[in-house]
Amino acid sequence: MTPALEIRGLKKTYKNGFEALKGIDLEVAPGSFFALLGPNGAGKSTTIGIITSLINKTAGTVKVFGHDVDTDLQAVKRSIGLVPQEFNFNNFEPIGEIVVNQAGYYGIPRREAWKRCEHYLKELGLWEKRKDMARTLSGGMKRRLMIARALVHEPRLLILDEPTAGVDIELRRSMWDFLTRINTDGRSIILTTHYLEEAETLCRNIAIIDDGAIIENTTMKQLLAKLETETMVLDLSEPPPGIPLDSPIALRQVDEMTLEADIRSGQHLNDLFRVLDQAGIRVQSMRNKANRLEELFIRMTRPGQSPSHLTPGASGTTEQPENQA
Amino acid sequence: MSDSHLRDYWTAFRTIVSKEVLRFARIWVQTVLPPVITTALYFIIFGGLIGERIGEMEGYRYMDFIVPGLIMLAVITNSYANVVSSFFGSKFQRHIEELLVSPIPNSVIILGFVFGGVARGLAVGVAVLLVSLFFSPLSIHNPGVMLIIVLMTSILFALAGLINGVFARTFDDIAIVPTFILTPLTYLGGVFYSISLLPEFWQGVSMLNPILYMVDAFRYGSLGHSDFPIAMSFAIIAGFIAVMYGVALVLLNRGVGIRS
Repeated sequence: MTPALEIRGLKKTYKNGFEALKGIDLEVAPGSFFALLGPNGAGKSTTIGIITSLINKTAGTVKVFGHDVDTDLQAVKRSIGLVPQEFNFNNFEPIGEIVVNQAGYYGIPRREAWKRCEHYLKELGLWEKRKDMARTLSGGMKRRLMIARALVHEPRLLILDEPTAGVDIELRRSMWDFLTRINTDGRSIILTTHYLEEAETLCRNIAIIDDGAIIENTTMKQLLAKLETETMVLDLSEPPPGIPLDSPIALRQVDEMTLEADIRSGQHLNDLFRVLDQAGIRVQSMRNKANRLEELFIRMTRPGQSPSHLTPGASGTTEQPENQA
Repeated sequence: MSDSHLRDYWTAFRTIVSKEVLRFARIWVQTVLPPVITTALYFIIFGGLIGERIGEMEGYRYMDFIVPGLIMLAVITNSYANVVSSFFGSKFQRHIEELLVSPIPNSVIILGFVFGGVARGLAVGVAVLLVSLFFSPLSIHNPGVMLIIVLMTSILFALAGLINGVFARTFDDIAIVPTFILTPLTYLGGVFYSISLLPEFWQGVSMLNPILYMVDAFRYGSLGHSDFPIAMSFAIIAGFIAVMYGVALVLLNRGVGIRS
């Protein structure tokens, strides 16, 4: 089956000599919900810029559904919808016009464009605001407007560069539902995000890019299986009668009503429950100490740092080296 | 190129033009009204007050002589201003990316912006013409020449505005060319006088100014008087259009100022 995206030996060196991409290979299967993660300045936005022809590559090949950006750029562009990291619409245009005009650029007649505009703006809860100027929208509404605009020509591949940055939790979850739905309908999606929980929840496949090179490219399941130890936090309903010292699962008491348990690769939660039962420890609730993907991400991209060095949700930051040229 | 592609490009072209027209129409107080007021002042001061003392120019009342030039002045500056400000604005706010990610050929992008500029140039030109009727009777010697010259001139300066917009990095950059090049060339392009009044040397210098031929040809269409053969004026303007279009296309194809 033709991959939704196929990248081979992609390099980008900016005029100032900064080597943003050092020959990356990447393949995204059709229908996939794919996460492209990496720290700031790793090369994510440069990669997306090249795929969408906003940035000229230095070397390598990029194909979208088999269409080469060098020889069949028009077909590539028709296949892609882009939701960029920064707001890039005219703030002084009504939002309905922004979406309809975008459709027009793809050759969609105005009547049909308004139908699609209505569909996507309704799906994203913006139809009532179609006559409002874009500058009057909140940050979350602007993000949704960019999603509607990216979908209006019904692309087969949707690329989302930090689509939920600055969006409140409720809205973020509704956007997740929407994206999951359009992915289930068959649309391939590539997502970059700083919210690792988002990537873990939504994506089945993942690539991690760091310093211009792909350091991991696998399924989410296989990646998470690499986690050697997972720490669970247990909130107790009553103080524990004692902590078993010879347990196969390491237990630590954090305070009178809280325990931490380290579950190693190969161990199961059932083992933990068994230990807790035998020790007469009554648990009220349980959670991961840190997001699992976050743990791995930090280990892979910043060896030696703990997850606390990462600021989940600290997005909206600009990848400076990529914007210099 | 297939019929469906042509249809798509036509739709895209219409979309860009209508977007551009809506843009300047939405802010008509900034885009249409000021040149009309400025030109009305020219009519009152130069045509009315000073013109009465000047008497006739090439056998025409001075007011009647300057009307075609002032219409052209409005068309030139507004065609240019519309495209340079719109194109730079779209770069500045980054919504130029809406066009760059879509499958529109660069030639269609150029034509879309240019005809948006032509629409504003003509809108202001017509408004100035209507104002001129308060000061001077409508004079049309050859409507075909008038229409073609005004269209070609508008296209040429819209293209020039686009090229300026491609290179502009700051708001200052979009003001430099109109202030230091366009306005002097226009004022020295025979708007207010006949080139025959100049000494021979300055006549030769003036002939290097392309705006002179546009004003002259338009004046011919209106009054029937010209200093140069009309065919020469058409050829010069057409040549400039071809060169400007070629330059604009090469710049966009190379992504100058718009792609990293």
